[in-house]
Amino acid sequence: MILDSKIPEGPLSEKWTNYKTNQKLVNPANKRKLDIIVVGTGLAGASAAASLGALGFNVDIFCIQDSPRRAHSIAAQGGINAAKNYQNDGDSVERLFRDTIKGGDYRAREANVYRLAEVSGDIIDQCVAQGVPFARDYGGLLDNRSFGGAQVSRTFYARGQTGQQLLLGAYGALSREINRGTVKLHTRSEMEELVLVKNNDGVECARGIIVRNLVSGKLERYSAHAVVIATGGYGNVYYLSTNAMNSNGSAAWICHRKGAFFANPCYVQIHPTCIPVHGDYQSKLTLMSESLRNDGRIWVPKKIEDSEAIRAGQKKANDIAEEDRDYYLERRYPAFGNLVPRDVASRAAKERCDAGYGVGPTGLAVFLDFSDAIKRLGINVVKQKYGNLFQMYQKITDENPYETPMMIYPAVHYTMGGLWVDYELQTTIPGLFAAGEANFSDHGANRLGASALMQGLADGYFVLPYTLQNYLSNQITIGHITTDTPEFDEAERSVLEREERLMNIKGDKTVDFFHKELGHIMWEKVGMSRNEASLTEAATMIDELEKEFWQSVNVPGTIESFNPEMEKALRLADYFELARLITADALHRKESCGGHFRTESQTEEGETKRDDENFMYVAAWEYQGHSKPETLHKEELNYEHIKIATRNYKN
Amino acid sequence: MNFKLHIWRQENAKTKGRFETYKVRDISPDCSFLEMLDILNEQIISENSKSGNQNSKFPIAHPVCFDNDCREGICGMCGLYINGRPHGNDDGVTTCQLHMRKFKDGDEIWIEPWRAKPFPVICDLVVDRSAFDKIIQSGGYVSVTTGGVPDANSIPIPKRHADMAMDAAECIGCGACVAACKNASAMLFVGAKVSHLALLPQGQVEASERVKKMVCKMDELGFGSCTNTYACEAECPKQIKRQNIARLNREWICQIFGGNHKPQD
Ligand SMILES: Cc1cc2nc3c(=O)[nH]c(=O)nc-3n(C[C@H](O)[C@H](O)[C@H](O)COP(=O)(O)OP(=O)(O)OC[C@H]3O[C@@H](n4cnc5c(N)ncnc54)[C@H](O)[C@@H]3O)c2cc1C
Ligand code: SF4
Ligand code: FES
Repeated sequence: MILDSKIPEGPLSEKWTNYKTNQKLVNPANKRKLDIIVVGTGLAGASAAASLGALGFNVDIFCIQDSPRRAHSIAAQGGINAAKNYQNDGDSVERLFRDTIKGGDYRAREANVYRLAEVSGDIIDQCVAQGVPFARDYGGLLDNRSFGGAQVSRTFYARGQTGQQLLLGAYGALSREINRGTVKLHTRSEMEELVLVKNNDGVECARGIIVRNLVSGKLERYSAHAVVIATGGYGNVYYLSTNAMNSNGSAAWICHRKGAFFANPCYVQIHPTCIPVHGDYQSKLTLMSESLRNDGRIWVPKKIEDSEAIRAGQKKANDIAEEDRDYYLERRYPAFGNLVPRDVASRAAKERCDAGYGVGPTGLAVFLDFSDAIKRLGINVVKQKYGNLFQMYQKITDENPYETPMMIYPAVHYTMGGLWVDYELQTTIPGLFAAGEANFSDHGANRLGASALMQGLADGYFVLPYTLQNYLSNQITIGHITTDTPEFDEAERSVLEREERLMNIKGDKTVDFFHKELGHIMWEKVGMSRNEASLTEAATMIDELEKEFWQSVNVPGTIESFNPEMEKALRLADYFELARLITADALHRKESCGGHFRTESQTEEGETKRDDENFMYVAAWEYQGHSKPETLHKEELNYEHIKIATRNYKN
Repeated sequence: MNFKLHIWRQENAKTKGRFETYKVRDISPDCSFLEMLDILNEQIISENSKSGNQNSKFPIAHPVCFDNDCREGICGMCGLYINGRPHGNDDGVTTCQLHMRKFKDGDEIWIEPWRAKPFPVICDLVVDRSAFDKIIQSGGYVSVTTGGVPDANSIPIPKRHADMAMDAAECIGCGACVAACKNASAMLFVGAKVSHLALLPQGQVEASERVKKMVCKMDELGFGSCTNTYACEAECPKQIKRQNIARLNREWICQIFGGNHKPQD
């Protein structure tokens, strides 16, 4: 199968306008006859549903949590990028586009990224109109900060709670549509199956979903003319990550099983600034926002004896003299210093810790120091900028970051991979669209900070409302779709069978036991650095663990009840398959790029070494049945506009 | 550290609940409260799988249900009534941010769901807070549709007002204020949203309508009235201030008698 990315004609800067000018529309009277399912109420899902509802479509929206406002997007801290150039520091659409392509290590599709940069400014306008209280300067205008991988200040923020405020804005817009009756909300509802129905030409199209009502445990059926997956990322396949507990990869994986291609699964982002792991009972890792790298300086001791003394508790950070500190990011990357992209910063931390210079009780931590900033700006300014992050740190670690440096270590944070989508955000299944972190589209092999919020809202507010219409324009005559068909019967039966199978194992180990084991394998062997040996080993270990899971997991309670263990078991069952695909993808991609670091492919200085000749493509995988090797399809990346270069953050 | 836990168990909304007692041992002081409950649940499942769910020392075979998601104090999903305090005995934190180092070794801990009529129990410690969503749906937003809005910097907003709006907007919708209030009033929650939007020029246009709709909805859903005891403010994990209730009242009066909506401190 040839992957058609449907990139519009014309010069890069005119593609989106051309698309919009020539696309098909649906007239207002007909919009009322069309149903759309949106799965997920994060930035991508909420903004899409609100916009589509406002246009007049009938939307059903689903989420796992008890309220749409609690989607994982709420936790985003640092900010959202937009090429407004309010700071007059040389920013532009072109520059945001270039930074994003470069940050993604030349593994993203030009046309998509350009469109993202193009609509970024509209997002800020939209959010301000909704009443999002972005930070402002004393003149009353919007304030900006800088994030990794950029030399301009283009990041808009609302204290350390940008995601919360943006999501509450989208949630407000969504609530308004619910009130107007255009959107129906289904909370505590988890999608468990995708329903495909053949159209008149015999092509299978997405026509509905099967949902587990998490309160009653009963299965429910919903039909629609199109389905949007906005279910977030799959970082929790690593068990410990900065994602929320309910974040999961199942909805995307379910679609993959039904034929949607999965792209670049091995591109996983490891965030450099998280609170280090402290015990095996730990359930998640907490991010300390990247914005802290604006003012915090990262270091470890220069002398290994000092690191040893700190680990043993004989010395403290403040005992190390200035000249004995190694500000290794400033040393290695003078041009970007502490603000190098995440993958670079993470690997540099790992390199120092592996070499024995790490601090903290486990040796797996580096310092993030604010003493210079406090001296330079005064404690009050620092408090104003980062107060809530400092408080969060103190609550968790019981240490005061105003007095002693924070300790941080990289942790799994974001997944660039996801459902393969074309320019219209449509997957390889007609009528099935994917938005936000759930798709693979814009970040290549590494996402820049503050760009996920931008992408989620771009997809939902400004892309899907157009591209979905283009698809729906020829669905008008279909009429309402009944759920009383063999296709829905079959889909529901398959979910029930899966639940029964899990329930009947009655083994002696908990779901979390297996999830932790899987996470351990993934982190050690498919984590920050990978190689042929570690990946081959991981593949076998995942198979064995999966087998054991299906023999000895224990899911207590009953199927038809409020049963969080059942929810977790269903998700974990999919994670095994996903883990296998991540590993296979990482194994096949013999180059290093962005967040994917193959130790076999590095420069003398230990930087990633791309292989553009052989790997300048998107790897889109096609499911072939449980535990069967998947088929690889390549979407070649053609860079017509940008000059390809080695990523260089040194000078 | 070792603890004796008295936990509210209730199968579903229709059944009657009761306290069950559990013991947990060797808990690290760095463990969070919810991680401590994870450990208990792992024990319940393992124990019951071994004893085939019979004669187990845990009379209720399924683990303790509690809501949670972000586990870093921002989603507002968690919320337990711990030893008589919503979110437990620490200030400015949610349940997921509470750490066991805040307790003493050997402590007995009483764990209950939010108790308020508009928040019926779903299972054990999980309650239904959809009433909050309904209040927001009644008007807790600015009525703009996507696109066609002015440039973000076209209306300067005094930093002081933007900051005050942000203070109010930090509410996470956890419901602790309602659980803390003897009247189960939602005034702090509603006041926070009303203030957040009324403090910004974008929200001022609909300020009168908004306050009317939200307050009526709140009454309709069975939340009680505010008698100014401010237990809500004391227990709010985001330290939302009572001034937001005053602002709500001012907006309420404005919408009856007319008056300007210019933000005041
Ligand atoms: C701690 C943290 C901080 C971050 N900070 C930033 C930042 O400063 N800037 C930035 O740009 N990005 C940041 N990110 C990344 C960014 O927050 C996410 O990538 C983005 O919010 C994802 O949004 P989304 O809409 O795609 O999905 P999510 O917000 O994850 O929403 C997923 C939705 O899908 C629902 N769902 C999932 N599965 C199912 C199912 N099977 N059935 C029904 N519903 C389902 C969930 O209930 C939820 O409503 C951060 C991420 C983390 C973890
Ligand atoms: S006002 Fe405070 S206690 Fe009430 S819902 Fe908001 S954050 Fe929770
Ligand atoms: S779990 Fe999100 S606030 Fe506690």
